[in-house]
Amino acid sequence: MRAFFDSDLWWSFTRSPVTVLSAVTAFVCIAGAVFAPWLAPHNPFDLASLQLLDAFKPPAWSAEGDLAYPLGTDDQGRDVLSAIMYGARVSLLVGFAAVAFSTLLGVTLGLLAGYLGGKVDALLMRIADIQLTFPGILVALLVDGIVRAALPRDVHDQIAVFVVIFAIGISNWPQFARTVRGSTLVERNKEYVQAARVIGLSPLRIMVSHVLPNVMSPVLVIATLSLGFAILAEATLSFLGVGVPPTQPSLGTLIRIGNDFLFSGEWWITIFPGVALIVMVLSVNLLGDWLRDALNPKLR
Amino acid sequence: MTPMLETQDVARHFDVSRPLIQRLLAREGRRTLRAVDGVSFAIPKGSTLSLVGESGCGKSTVARLVVGLYPPTRGRVLFDGQDLAAARADRRQRSRMQMIFQDPYASLNPRWRVADIIAEPIRAFGLIEGRAAQMERVGELLTQVGLSPLDGQKYPHEFSGGQRQRISIARALSSNPEFLVCDEPTSALDVSVQAQILNLMKELQARLGLTYLFISHNLAVVRQVSDRIGVMYLGRLVELAPAETLFTTPRHPYTRALMEAIPDLEMTGRARTPVGGEVPSPISPPSGCAFHPRCPLANARCKAEAPRMLPAGEAQVACHAVEEGRAAA
Repeated sequence: MRAFFDSDLWWSFTRSPVTVLSAVTAFVCIAGAVFAPWLAPHNPFDLASLQLLDAFKPPAWSAEGDLAYPLGTDDQGRDVLSAIMYGARVSLLVGFAAVAFSTLLGVTLGLLAGYLGGKVDALLMRIADIQLTFPGILVALLVDGIVRAALPRDVHDQIAVFVVIFAIGISNWPQFARTVRGSTLVERNKEYVQAARVIGLSPLRIMVSHVLPNVMSPVLVIATLSLGFAILAEATLSFLGVGVPPTQPSLGTLIRIGNDFLFSGEWWITIFPGVALIVMVLSVNLLGDWLRDALNPKLR
Repeated sequence: MTPMLETQDVARHFDVSRPLIQRLLAREGRRTLRAVDGVSFAIPKGSTLSLVGESGCGKSTVARLVVGLYPPTRGRVLFDGQDLAAARADRRQRSRMQMIFQDPYASLNPRWRVADIIAEPIRAFGLIEGRAAQMERVGELLTQVGLSPLDGQKYPHEFSGGQRQRISIARALSSNPEFLVCDEPTSALDVSVQAQILNLMKELQARLGLTYLFISHNLAVVRQVSDRIGVMYLGRLVELAPAETLFTTPRHPYTRALMEAIPDLEMTGRARTPVGGEVPSPISPPSGCAFHPRCPLANARCKAEAPRMLPAGEAQVACHAVEEGRAAA
């Protein structure tokens, strides 16, 4: 722990007010989402507590506002703030899980391609190239469409969250694979890897214990930056109605539902989830940018 | 007695062709780089053979061939009388050979503690069981190379180049090897540190009875450590001789040119005759003797016919001029 506070990383962190601010914001967002059941003023999924009379209440600071609903209510009388906190939970869950999945897949394939080279490398990288010619969101839509068509409706609803995680994860692996492959090509020819080969270690063991630890710092950066992408991708899918089921609304679902009321004057139902999404993704991306610069020895 | 290591006409070619489509467009064939093209030598147990030569002459490739990092394109490598591929398949035999690398900044994994780096061969070969016993051995090895056992807890970046090379040596010794391949172990170090490392290596050889294959481009370094020296030019051995013989009576014109180039006090101010021209490309080597475009003694036979290694006194030399007596000794 002391080593961490002594490190260059911590020093560069404290020197960048924007980074500190975005770290605090990201922390607040994540904490608000994770502890939503204890922090949120209402439970938007508890049908018994919903009052249709409270529907379409504007935010608390306007004339007809109610302090019990700081950011107003939607068409069912649900508290928008609570819905955002619960929705961010789903968004973050999908985001983190999708990034974890694409990291695992991308790092594994990138390591294999870079270390083994030859035909394995050519094959994997061509697949990555082909996939990179499609926008990530299109790949995710395609995967979701295939799964939706292949599975019966009720089965699909049960596993919808996993389908979204898989779809977003699979659309993002080439980034990781390419970066890891590049660093692996450099590390593979270093003498410490040759020293390990001289004593006859297996390629798998060399990849895992020697090469992997030395290619992970760029992965950390991409993973942070991809978290923003994954959250946005999930929101996009949900906005288009192909993401998580409406029983577990994410931020994207909230924006879509609120969108229907935008022109009848109830702007808060869609604007606040949208602002929450922007703030969350922006803070995560700013953190990622800082991490990229801080870990890049050439920019020090 | 079987030599520790023997190579028989060993060669290693690399395919350096351009990608298929470019090759078809430019209408050119495959291109091979003959990094090593038929090298034979033997290293008796307990002795040191050095290979010297300019950059790109294939000496590092020979080092990688004899530890099995590259399979040979042609010829055989025998380790203690056994074919290298078979020897490397056997864990016990494999543990008898180790390698020390040139760049002390790249040869130690930056994310590992020094103790784990040194203990890696011990663990890979299952030589000592139990962490406490392994760490005790690591401490011994660190002491043996002139470092403190406490240094094991540090990371490589906390050490200087010379200290890192000591760590590399400790690691190489950890599997109790008999044969060490040293690929330019001192060329990345300061001159004062070079001497320390060389002395350490000689001392270890005397104490542990090690056999060395020593790769270097520095003749002064080579003279200090070698029993026999092989001079390489463009993937081939041109002269193989006992160390002192090579320095007192160099026979091959290339060896002579190298000797001429060693700076010394007596020669200060006097004109030198530099070797003319550049080293030819190993992708398209000259016909006949590879050295003929730069050789002062070259004639028509040198252009046409590649010389073979023939005994000349205590040495073996691959040169038509030496064979015919045209080179005044």
